[in-house]
Amino acid sequence: MSDTDVTDIPEVEHVSGSGIPISGNDIDTDQIIPARFMKVVTFDGLGQYSFFDQRFDDDDNEQDHPMNEERFRDANIMVVNANFGCGSSREHAPQALMRWGIDAFIGESFAEIFAGNCLALGMPTVTADQETVEAIQDFVEENPDAEIDIDVAEETVTYGGQTVDVTVDEGQRKALVDGIWDTTALMKANQRAISETARALPYVESAD
Amino acid sequence: MSEGTLYDKVWENHKVTTLPNGQDQLFVGLHLIHEVTSPQAFGMLQDRDLEVARPDLTLATVDHIVPTADQSRPYTDGAAEEMMSELEGNVRDAGIEFLSPETGEQGIVHVIGPEQGVTQPGKTIVCGDSHTSTHGAFGALAFGIGTSQIRDVLATQTIAMEKQKVRKIEIDGELEAGVEAKDIILEIIRRLGTEGGVGYVYEYAGEAIDNLGMEGRMSICNMSIEGGARAGYVNPDETTYEWLRETDYFQEHPEKFDELKPYWESVRSDADAEYDDVVTIDADDLEPVVTWGTTPGQGVGISEPIPAPEDLPPEKQETARRAQEHMRVEPGDTMAGYEIDVAFLGSCTNARLPDLRRAAEIVEGRQVPDDVRAMVVPGSQRVQRAAAEEGLKDVFEAAGFDWRNAGCSMCLGMNEDQLEGDEAAASSSNRNFIGRQGSKDGRTILMNPQMVAAAAVTGEVTDVRELEGVVSV
Repeated sequence: MSDTDVTDIPEVEHVSGSGIPISGNDIDTDQIIPARFMKVVTFDGLGQYSFFDQRFDDDDNEQDHPMNEERFRDANIMVVNANFGCGSSREHAPQALMRWGIDAFIGESFAEIFAGNCLALGMPTVTADQETVEAIQDFVEENPDAEIDIDVAEETVTYGGQTVDVTVDEGQRKALVDGIWDTTALMKANQRAISETARALPYVESAD
Repeated sequence: MSEGTLYDKVWENHKVTTLPNGQDQLFVGLHLIHEVTSPQAFGMLQDRDLEVARPDLTLATVDHIVPTADQSRPYTDGAAEEMMSELEGNVRDAGIEFLSPETGEQGIVHVIGPEQGVTQPGKTIVCGDSHTSTHGAFGALAFGIGTSQIRDVLATQTIAMEKQKVRKIEIDGELEAGVEAKDIILEIIRRLGTEGGVGYVYEYAGEAIDNLGMEGRMSICNMSIEGGARAGYVNPDETTYEWLRETDYFQEHPEKFDELKPYWESVRSDADAEYDDVVTIDADDLEPVVTWGTTPGQGVGISEPIPAPEDLPPEKQETARRAQEHMRVEPGDTMAGYEIDVAFLGSCTNARLPDLRRAAEIVEGRQVPDDVRAMVVPGSQRVQRAAAEEGLKDVFEAAGFDWRNAGCSMCLGMNEDQLEGDEAAASSSNRNFIGRQGSKDGRTILMNPQMVAAAAVTGEVTDVRELEGVVSV
């Protein structure tokens, strides 16, 4: 085993910090990171292009958008509505938001590939009903500096002196809390079982 | 939970183990890679000092950034050239087969897999592209993955996933002339919603699916993701086997065909399979569907009125209002007569040979007006050659279409093929998101290829059924 196989993957039991509300259903990955900014061979530097076409006009002047507001500059929890991250499989979307400063999402629902990509980066995507999410969005809007705590293990969000229940997908919860969300080393360790599975498949010509 | 479906069987056949995090580890039968989502994964591999586990089960092409006009190297766009060079270096170092433009086999990754005969029933297929669901048309379990998952697959040839529910969508009846596979999937998405498929895999079945060729089935499976379903599939049948038999791979290895067919048959959903949900749609009732908004779920029959936001479910109203403002459409109007500036025939949804054939039937003998920019971007170099050989290129060019080289092109505007300003495009592609085709003020109307052809020659969204030459799929 190489050194990297035993790299410690951090456990993500809590995410705390201030929030930023992004309102609207069906916010797609083309909005989160327009394709023209994906002509790069690393993810470095993508943060500045997050929601670029909403944040800037044709002459690159800032437009009204929470991510342009000074009061949300230090936010690390994005509060969104339904079907967030739909569309493309581009990991550039969560990578861009992560590099902007986001560590976790609270939303009504997330597109599957987006949520999977977030998990692979150790970022929780916790869900709650519309009313709960909108209440958190309103709170964040009024209290941009207030601390929010996402308890991934207990499936709760605490803000403004109250604690509300949220849902964390079972697999995601376990992966984050136990620090096993980076699956490469985990899966590589099963080499013998991988070969056995391959051997049993009629279309795979050699097992290794 | 579902039982006895193709999904259940293919899952079980590929399951390596259950991981400590509760996810299943699945063996990947085919990993397709392209230039946009793979370079970072190769970088991660290098950082961890890991090698590509199964180059023999990996196939690469270039499609997203490849120019469709002048393809001489180095590309004029420096960023595109850098991505291409990066891919070339990565596949060379790892010993991965690369279908580059020089091979004559290049094309959109979801067009070439089936052409090469590597997309087969009962395989697990992944690619860093959400339209990987396309390959489900062959009875494969195929889905899009992110770059960290590409790293997993490169390093281990496996992927960590949670099993999902299966919804059977049964489409009975027959499609009228001018109504296509694309209309079936646009109808499914508008009925079930863009998030309706989250947590599900879609099995498409019924008379209308049985009667479709492989290309039509691919168009449907392709847009499963637009309905929120990460994967969609059709059970393999004689139509599937006929396609496979004709591919170079099985022409060269006919014994493989006989050897694998029992496996393909074995993964078909059982007659008494159990599903988590069943939805039925009558193909007889369908007409060409076009989008009026900025999500693929905002569609309407060509003769139907655009809905008023207040008549939609509460959670859809705000999005609809914004979409109608962007598209400049009025509730109560139909989309027929909506003026277009661009007609785009291309993408992994609808740029295969039969798509171009049907569109050419409409175009033949007609002219694209001077103020419309019309382009055909074949899905692959094979499609391009075959279409030219049977005279389709001449038909399109005579009508004023620009005939280009294969690639993703204006579907997502990562090369020079982009909308400008607030241009409106009749597009055979799969997404009408704001900014999708390269301009944030651009307006995209999704429709089937015959409808794109009709819009190209009339300069406005047109019910193709009213034109002479309309064809049945």
